[in-house]
Amino acid sequence: MEKQFLMGNEAIGLAAIGAGVSFVSGYPGTPSTEILETVAKHNPGDIYVEWSVNEKAAMEAAAGAAYAGARTMVTMKQVGLNVASDPLMSLAYIGVKGGMVIVVADDPGPISSQTEQDTRHFARFSKLPVFDPSSPEEAYAMVRDAFELSEKYHTPVFLRPTTRVCHGCASIEIQEPLPRKKPEGFVKDPKWVIFPRLSFQRHGEIEVTLPQMGEELSHSPFNRMEEAQKASSHSRYGIAAGGISYEYVKEALGGTDVRLLKVGTPHPFPESMALRFLEGLDQVLVLEELDPVIERELVYLCGKHHLDVQIKGKLTGDVKSAGENTVESVKASISAFFGVTLPAPAPEELPPLPVRPPVLCAGCPHRASFYAVKQAMKGKKAVFSGDIGCYTLGNAMPLDMVDTCLCMGAGVTIAQGIHRVEPDTVNFAFIGDSTFFASGITGVVNAVYNQTDIVLIVLDNSTTAMTGHQPHPGTGRTMMGEVSAAVSIPAVLKAIGVKSVVTVDPLDLAAAVEAVQNAVKVKGVSAVIFRSPCIAVTKPSPGYTVDPAKCIGCKKCIRELGCPALIWQEKKAAIEPSLCYGCSICAQVCPCGAITLTGGDSK
Amino acid sequence: MNVSIMLSGVGGQGTILASKLIAQAAMEKGLSARTAETIGMAQRGGCVVSHVRIGEEIHSPMIPIKGADLILGFEPAEAVRCLPYLKEGGAVVVSAKEVKPVTAALGGTDYRAQDMLDFLRQKVGNVVVVDTEAICRECGSAKVLNTALLGAAAATGKLGLTPEEIEGALKKRLPEKLIPMNLQALRAGAQARVGE
Repeated sequence: MEKQFLMGNEAIGLAAIGAGVSFVSGYPGTPSTEILETVAKHNPGDIYVEWSVNEKAAMEAAAGAAYAGARTMVTMKQVGLNVASDPLMSLAYIGVKGGMVIVVADDPGPISSQTEQDTRHFARFSKLPVFDPSSPEEAYAMVRDAFELSEKYHTPVFLRPTTRVCHGCASIEIQEPLPRKKPEGFVKDPKWVIFPRLSFQRHGEIEVTLPQMGEELSHSPFNRMEEAQKASSHSRYGIAAGGISYEYVKEALGGTDVRLLKVGTPHPFPESMALRFLEGLDQVLVLEELDPVIERELVYLCGKHHLDVQIKGKLTGDVKSAGENTVESVKASISAFFGVTLPAPAPEELPPLPVRPPVLCAGCPHRASFYAVKQAMKGKKAVFSGDIGCYTLGNAMPLDMVDTCLCMGAGVTIAQGIHRVEPDTVNFAFIGDSTFFASGITGVVNAVYNQTDIVLIVLDNSTTAMTGHQPHPGTGRTMMGEVSAAVSIPAVLKAIGVKSVVTVDPLDLAAAVEAVQNAVKVKGVSAVIFRSPCIAVTKPSPGYTVDPAKCIGCKKCIRELGCPALIWQEKKAAIEPSLCYGCSICAQVCPCGAITLTGGDSK
Repeated sequence: MNVSIMLSGVGGQGTILASKLIAQAAMEKGLSARTAETIGMAQRGGCVVSHVRIGEEIHSPMIPIKGADLILGFEPAEAVRCLPYLKEGGAVVVSAKEVKPVTAALGGTDYRAQDMLDFLRQKVGNVVVVDTEAICRECGSAKVLNTALLGAAAATGKLGLTPEEIEGALKKRLPEKLIPMNLQALRAGAQARVGE
């Protein structure tokens, strides 16, 4: 078979195609985004792929397709599952006909997420099985098994990769694809309608099935015990691990011979396999990321079966409870477990290094929007509620324009709450275009209905920028490459009853400031839509240059904008030509007209 | 034999493509490869570190401390930042041109590229400094920085891959019209080593 060098997410997408998936939906979110993009890119032509408006819509649409007998996959990041948890909990009772795999990418660290929540808990909570891959290769292999398990038990099945599996690349052997079966279609049956009586019945059935599934999974190749080869001083010690931590354990152990338990399906727990592992051991160290899920299962098993085995891990303080594991952290935990003191590594003395905090790109229209609002509100009492997207970076100095950020869509509603308590403050809510569609609209309806007084700023850059430029309902493009009618943000706002809706180009600073000042005067909900495309989806405009003869070295451009293309050299401002996108904001800010179009007149 | 290479730079410099080219070249040779990236939140301008590991018995996608045979620094300060990952006897190939963060302009932590290069030379026996600015100018694009460094890296012998093997991967992975420019940069990078 052919070997390909694939990213974990590409491997999951290709495995779904190979497993005969017919319907794939999702909402972008790091580190899950490339899975759906891979299916769209390699679509043989008969797979329906969509970026849904949010995770709840994605989950429900996929459930419908699975009711009709299609193999379906739905993808999202861990916090996206919170949005989709309403359909999830009920769907676990109702079940599916075509196989349904729910891919939820967790993000230990967290590297680019709001929480370090653990989807394995969601699997347990919703009583659904979960596959937890330790490598891109294993993620590839698990997809097919997950579909088979889903169809065998008529239940949705989770696949939960973590960032290092999603974004790691490996050489993967490609399997022969399965034929895509034509779905039977939706067959009317009372079993699709959730009612208390049906829920009671299904709950009972699920509790009977789950242990059976756990027993079946005890024989899955993804759960395994690796026995120590020979008797040693470690004979009564064991190590249990899951996910990427298993690979860290293998690397950290090197040649050290010790009994290992690798858990690939943390729910339902492979109990009989785990009991064989525990047999004859005195102590077990559990290494896993996020929450102590495997650890709790082992503690529970020891209680249930009266086993005298000490389980060590996060619950006992032997392993750190937050953040990612690394080969180093795992090595340190294992050494302590074996009672070996590692020599403390000599700390490397490095010279002071530059800090590179995440900043808005040079030329980013969000910088102009934030700057305009800041100028309009100079000296006035205002709170700026932010949201999820590139524009969260507006909180960095010198802009300092994001006072709150909680979750998708929350800025709109948090602004309302603050305003009820502090009515003399102007409350702004900043929201991006994709986030507006995903979960901003209901918040605006709430504001209009409850007659609050906020200023909504929609940062419309015509794309879902932070996750890598996915289309959304406002872009007029779908994931099937079709042109659809773009949903108009101003029309939506007007229809909801927002009193004043103005669209303005943030790169025209004077007009932008004026639009904000006018919006503030409106009593009730008003909106300014700052419309200017993300620099990554448009061609750069001609760049700007600082005339050193005119520059007085006041640093206003550098201090107020914080644009990465603006540098300080020889006591004058200068523009790095390779970074400048020609947004012209610095030229509009310069008090002495020193910044002009390269080789031409100023704007 | 296992080889671990760490590529460190600033978002937008092409570190990830370079890591894919190394992995591709290794696979063409019948070796297994594994890569991983640590990328900050920003689209551009943040620290980017790519880990490339070649060999059969590799578990962790991330290179442990003191585990890298080679550091490929796309920026002098970023090469220094990764130094704790270099093995005893490992090599550093580094671009001489600095990329200053916006915080430096705001009056934060400023630094000089020369101090960073001096520090590397003082700590590491095998340091190759590549005048990427000159190579990019000759080739007519700032975007060939990554291939110039790859050429220099292959020429050290620490990569376990020859410049010709990298060429093969480059021809496979890049769009046709970009190939001549990148081949020129790759060869110039390899020459830079010879000239040391």
